[in-house]
Amino acid sequence: MNKYIPHTPDDIRQMLDKIGVNSIDDLFADIPESVRLQKEYNLPEAMSEEEIRAYFKALGEQNQQQVIFAGGGAYDHYTPSAIDALLSRSEFLTAYTPYQPEISQGTLQYIFEYQSHICEFTGMDCTNASMYDGATAAVEAIFMAVAQAKKRNRVLVSATINPTLVSIIHTYAKYKGINVDLIPEANGHTDRTAMQTMLAKGDVAGVLVGSPNHYGIIEDYTGFADDIHAAKALLIMHCDPSSLAVLKTPAAWGADIACGDGQPLGIPLSFGGPYVGFLACKKELVRKLPGRIVGATKDVDGKRAFVLTLQAREQHIRREKANSNICSNQSLMALHITIYLALMGKQGLREVNEQSYGAAHYLHDELVKTGLFTPAFPDAPFLKEFALRTTLPVKALQAHLAQHGYMAGIALGDYREGMDDCILFCATEKRTKKQIDELVKLIKEVQL
Amino acid sequence: MKYYDKLIFEISRPGRVGYSLPKSELTIDNSQFTIPANLLRETPAELPEVSELDVVRHYTNVSNKNFGVETGFYPLGSCTMKYNPKINEEIAHHPAFSGLHPLQNEESVQGALAIYYHTARALSELTGLADFTLTPFAGAHGELTGLMVMRQYHLLRGDTKRTRVIVPDSAHGTNPASAAVCGLEIVEVKSTANGTVDTNDLKGLLDDTIAGIMMTNPNTLGIYETQVVEIARLVHEAGGLLYYDGANLNPMLGASRPGDMGFDIMHINLHKTFSTPHGGGGPGSGPVGVAAHLVDCLPNPRVVLDENSKFRIQNSSSACGRVAAFMGNFGVVMKAYTYILSLGKDIKHVGPIATLNANYVKESLRDTYYLPVDTVCKHEFVFDGLADKSTGVTTLDIAKRLLDYGYHAPTIYFPLLFHQSIMIEPTETESKETLDDFIDIMHRVAEEALSDPDMVKSAPHTTPVRRLDETTAAKNPLLKYRDLN
Repeated sequence: MNKYIPHTPDDIRQMLDKIGVNSIDDLFADIPESVRLQKEYNLPEAMSEEEIRAYFKALGEQNQQQVIFAGGGAYDHYTPSAIDALLSRSEFLTAYTPYQPEISQGTLQYIFEYQSHICEFTGMDCTNASMYDGATAAVEAIFMAVAQAKKRNRVLVSATINPTLVSIIHTYAKYKGINVDLIPEANGHTDRTAMQTMLAKGDVAGVLVGSPNHYGIIEDYTGFADDIHAAKALLIMHCDPSSLAVLKTPAAWGADIACGDGQPLGIPLSFGGPYVGFLACKKELVRKLPGRIVGATKDVDGKRAFVLTLQAREQHIRREKANSNICSNQSLMALHITIYLALMGKQGLREVNEQSYGAAHYLHDELVKTGLFTPAFPDAPFLKEFALRTTLPVKALQAHLAQHGYMAGIALGDYREGMDDCILFCATEKRTKKQIDELVKLIKEVQL
Repeated sequence: MKYYDKLIFEISRPGRVGYSLPKSELTIDNSQFTIPANLLRETPAELPEVSELDVVRHYTNVSNKNFGVETGFYPLGSCTMKYNPKINEEIAHHPAFSGLHPLQNEESVQGALAIYYHTARALSELTGLADFTLTPFAGAHGELTGLMVMRQYHLLRGDTKRTRVIVPDSAHGTNPASAAVCGLEIVEVKSTANGTVDTNDLKGLLDDTIAGIMMTNPNTLGIYETQVVEIARLVHEAGGLLYYDGANLNPMLGASRPGDMGFDIMHINLHKTFSTPHGGGGPGSGPVGVAAHLVDCLPNPRVVLDENSKFRIQNSSSACGRVAAFMGNFGVVMKAYTYILSLGKDIKHVGPIATLNANYVKESLRDTYYLPVDTVCKHEFVFDGLADKSTGVTTLDIAKRLLDYGYHAPTIYFPLLFHQSIMIEPTETESKETLDDFIDIMHRVAEEALSDPDMVKSAPHTTPVRRLDETTAAKNPLLKYRDLN
């Protein structure tokens, strides 16, 4: 019939005979006439592979490939070649969720390895098989905190978190009936004194902070866990996992839950997805952890094997009593970062951070040297992302640089009041000195 | 082939590397970072130290312990394990798209936005709904987003009492879970003896507190809800909305459109009906479609076409909110769009052939397996274990024995309406020969249940590992490499 439907007219005849009907139409006789499809779909004729290639090539030409000097939740890191080759293996790609463990040890094993990596990075005791993305992982972390607190349903979110993430949290909270309050920021940092006041009422279930925060600042969270635990609330830390090769772990900060997006671990930008979220916690919270979890066990012959475990927590068992509705995960992307971490290893990931740090600080210093920029938060420590104020008109500058093929940061004024003159820049290990010098040169010469 | 049982950590040797970064003149050793010491990690994370070949061989060996659609027949009910075309993958990896930052300016991503926009148009045509968001990441995420749309619609009208949602007792487990996460109270509507919604029971449940009803059609038994037009009338008259769970959309391609049936909101699993790979449990994609009166409630951001034929990213204050940071699993959307273009108008054959395949397998096996609801099915159907119950061989045993014969098992113990459910969905991409072979093996397993029940009960025997100790795994959770030592 076509290359995806193998039936010959003879096959169809024989099958209809076995069923005992005259035509395929007879199999749809139970559909009321008024809702039977009576027309041809208004779609193009089937396209050949060559036509499809040409079609997407033409669309691709309507995109502009830019040199990325921006982050804002998606980071342009290097992707080793071996990853795609392995991800395209059909045994991984075309399998379903590992419901039959005897023939799904491939998926189950790499999820176990993934879980090991996430725990290692965050310092947490346990994690699940992955989440959709960093934002939904943060939402689920909040759900966990509220479930753990039983009767308290207020959470505090630092104003230094990515504002898009805040709006996602507000959306979920609105429907679930959770109250969300923002902890004000002071000079780009979470205002601890304000948080202490907000905690004093004793009605807070959890507190969400970011590391690095939306401005790229690595905040000092000394004392936060003590304040939060004294108020019987949980500390949730949203982090960039790539940075955790060098930055203090959420566990070391005293966090109860760590979450974030795995994209910086070598997942291509891909216009925003697919990425992968991670969610990890202390062992006391494991029964509140949503989604699939893989554990090690043995088969009847004593062979080591892996299996989905602690399933009583999951939505298909708990149904309307479930605290989360997540069903599958983002498995193949969990494999992506698992292979990335194996290839990069201990040394490679440190080097990624050292090169990103070097590139970002060079960009920062060169931009400040032009006299057109000043640090938005002087002396705040950062790794690869930082905010600058500029005397140039932000939007016009970005549009000008886009014409030259550069994505020159993110206009913070789109997200925050009083920051119309601010740009959030980013540089990873993929940005060369030459690219940075060219960008700075263009900015120096700009006539707006 | 030798069984491979190493973890990546177990082949690590200090000093080995599997990457190459350019020598950067900008690099700064971490000992020179100006970041205060108390913000830095004290002990390095223990990551594997392996060569590129170590990694490639390791994961190749690991993959060999997996079964995918390309390994063999995968009749997993409700999961629509159809063939995942190769061209989809090629297109989705196109460098003109994979390098795009999600926050690039609109002018620089017109090609990507065109794909988003045209995919939504095609889904509208195929479902009879006015518009779609492609942002939800998975079916369950689509359900939740769709329910947010439902609640937002009522809230915008000041109709704040509508906080209850009707869900059939046969529904997928995600339906009640999504409703609960959306702050809705669940009201169960009974099924009739043949598994369809009991309209008499439904009438008694409808009042001004009902936000809507969630249904699949065909339902979880693969049966078309013939009362759907009446149900739509009743629910709409009571001021509620109808939500269509698109998990079972595949047989409706070429047959019947949810929008025409009277549904107001639906989600689609692109990884089921639109041939994108399941990836071992994701990434999927769960676009949500709505009828015209609900378009303003779709989540932010939306992609629209302006008067100058430019695609724009738009936000609206009447939206139900925001459910993801960017535009969802865009790469998955590209695969689904490629599939739609590959079939074009011929996509109308998908539902009929999927339905033919399911009925063929059902009629060929009903002599040995118990068919609790005897009627024409659509894409899938459910047996309640073996017809002969005397052997003590359960649905689990049958499933495990099928693995020995090189098949993935059907969905088992779902739906919950029967004790020994075996749910079979062959999909349209499987040939008659494949189905005939499967039918033969199902018959053989039924014979083995009589002749050698102990052998069936201890299956599988030839898989990489055999039945697992799940009890100990749950009692003493070992969830990471460090727990093993």
